[in-house]
Amino acid sequence: MSIDLVFPPAFILIAGAILLPILSRSLRPVILLGVPALTLAVIWSLDNGVLLEANFLGYGIELVESDNLRRLFATVFTLMTLVGGLFAYKQAKTVELSAAMAYAAGAVGVSFAGDLITLFLFWEFMALFSTVVVWSGGTEAARRAGIRYGIMHLVGGIILKLGIEGIAVQTGSVDIRALELGGFSTWMVFIGVLINAAAPPVSAWLADAYPESSSTGAVFLSAYTTKTAVLALVLLFPGESLLIWVGLYMIFYGIIYALMENDMRRILAYSIVNQVGFMVCGVGIGTELALNGVAAHAFSHIIYKALLLMSAGAVLHQTGVSKCTQLGGLYRTMPVTTICGIIGALAISSFPFTSGFISKSMISQSAAYGQLGFVWFCLVAASAGVFLHAGIKFPWFVFFQKDSGLRPKDPEWNMQAAMIIFSAICIGLGVFPELLYRFLPYPVDYVPYTADHLVSQFQLLLFAGLAFFVCLPLMKRTETIVLDIDYIYRRGLPWLGRKLAILREGVNDMLNDFVQGPGRRAAVFWIRYHGPDGPLARTWPTGSTVLWVAVMLIAILLGAMLF
Amino acid sequence: MSETPREQHLADEDKHWLVRSSTIRKLWIAFAIILGLTLVAQLFVHLHEYFVVDAVFGFYAAFGFFSCVAMVVVAKLLGLVLKQPDDFYDEH
Repeated sequence: MSIDLVFPPAFILIAGAILLPILSRSLRPVILLGVPALTLAVIWSLDNGVLLEANFLGYGIELVESDNLRRLFATVFTLMTLVGGLFAYKQAKTVELSAAMAYAAGAVGVSFAGDLITLFLFWEFMALFSTVVVWSGGTEAARRAGIRYGIMHLVGGIILKLGIEGIAVQTGSVDIRALELGGFSTWMVFIGVLINAAAPPVSAWLADAYPESSSTGAVFLSAYTTKTAVLALVLLFPGESLLIWVGLYMIFYGIIYALMENDMRRILAYSIVNQVGFMVCGVGIGTELALNGVAAHAFSHIIYKALLLMSAGAVLHQTGVSKCTQLGGLYRTMPVTTICGIIGALAISSFPFTSGFISKSMISQSAAYGQLGFVWFCLVAASAGVFLHAGIKFPWFVFFQKDSGLRPKDPEWNMQAAMIIFSAICIGLGVFPELLYRFLPYPVDYVPYTADHLVSQFQLLLFAGLAFFVCLPLMKRTETIVLDIDYIYRRGLPWLGRKLAILREGVNDMLNDFVQGPGRRAAVFWIRYHGPDGPLARTWPTGSTVLWVAVMLIAILLGAMLF
Repeated sequence: MSETPREQHLADEDKHWLVRSSTIRKLWIAFAIILGLTLVAQLFVHLHEYFVVDAVFGFYAAFGFFSCVAMVVVAKLLGLVLKQPDDFYDEH
């Protein structure tokens, strides 16, 4: 079926975001489920190619351009909105739900953006409403984190815009196509996109902001910003080898920081950076298998990561606690949450028969085919590390570990239903990879289930599990946070500000001293001669003026007569 | 949400079956058997060789284990410097 498109699919979600706070609360589930469902239907009716064009500031822009890759990303973003809405609709504030839907609209808009201007507009739309989702956490910490988050993304947006304007001026075209890194403009686009991907050196924004959102907000936040950045990288910089190293850094940064972290949602936030690192690395490798792997991994990642944050959100919602030091033993009273959390944890670890296994392995396999030895060894070590920091650490410290004395029940039915749906997708895609493979951008001739692959993956993961329990004494949780680059803007800049204030006071004092000392003496002298009563400023009587004029006249007359 | 006495203080037979020491011993035995099986399986399955060492017997087991230990140790050492009390950013 094909329809004539009169507006981008993202507009449906925007309409939903506007209707949500206006209509009565009883209609909430209808909008939260109906609007994404309708959007999905429209997305799947789109043919490939440029479907909607317009004129903007003299540039021909392509509001909707569709192909397999874009459709896949738009699909998973919308699916996330649908199931996330189910998860959140009873518990979340209206402002959060509405902002989350607008945020998703931005992500879907970026997915179909055929040119850089459209991409930028939806990009900023996401920055705006994701900040609102962070703020919906409602705490002072959330307010502050939201401001930091907003500043980071607005700065990223400005950098991106600089690049886009440069490209528009230099080439006269804003069409989205693969760019060569080189020249100021392409670098600006590259950096602007990477900021949203939580690449170094600014990876810290993600783990700083997301865990301050509400128990439902983090579920939405985990899905859109970083993955639209991954899509933009696939479209703009496929095969850019620098991305391999950026990706590897993100992978190990995520693991090491997650290992040090105590807050369960912050652990999961670091593992977003880790997983996006795999995707960024895959874009850098850039072969068809690698790019297929990136698309497949983005799809399965969004679902299992949302599932993990749903189970963490359920725990937080039921207990009000998110620190591993205060959690533990919840499997007794939260069986559904525990099982769903474990399924998400297995999927993120690429355990066989889960979605992670059939997607991430394509990326590491492409490194093997490309004979990228160092990259391949890093990716394999990191796969083991994912099991360590997310696959076991998260469920172990939250649901097992010790008896914390907490006896929360499983959450309300809608939260449970959302978790069960995503768990089913994680396993379904793992068992039937064809369901996902047929929608990938390139034809797939990759077979995930070989005896070879199963044996090597089981060895790798299970011995990583052994390492976890052997090293458990080294991983005793402490009531701590982990410093990151955000130290510079949370402590360093305020410190600099105070120092500057002190410096300003110093300069002020110096000026004061000057004014009081030599300045005053100079002023007194000045005022004596030039002041209102000074001899040089006095108003002179008319008589003396006439006398002086007469003297001058005589002088001139004498001069004229003599010469 | 009611606070019940923590199980750490209970006698072993009063604990949830999953955390009794007899169960934990059985779990470790089962885990050891499974680990052994993944190694034994390699005797029957030819692993594709891309980088010479990756087809060596037990490569994935050893590489997975030691890279994880290394990551934990690195995290531990970095933690000495980077970990700060929860209220670090709340002061002043």
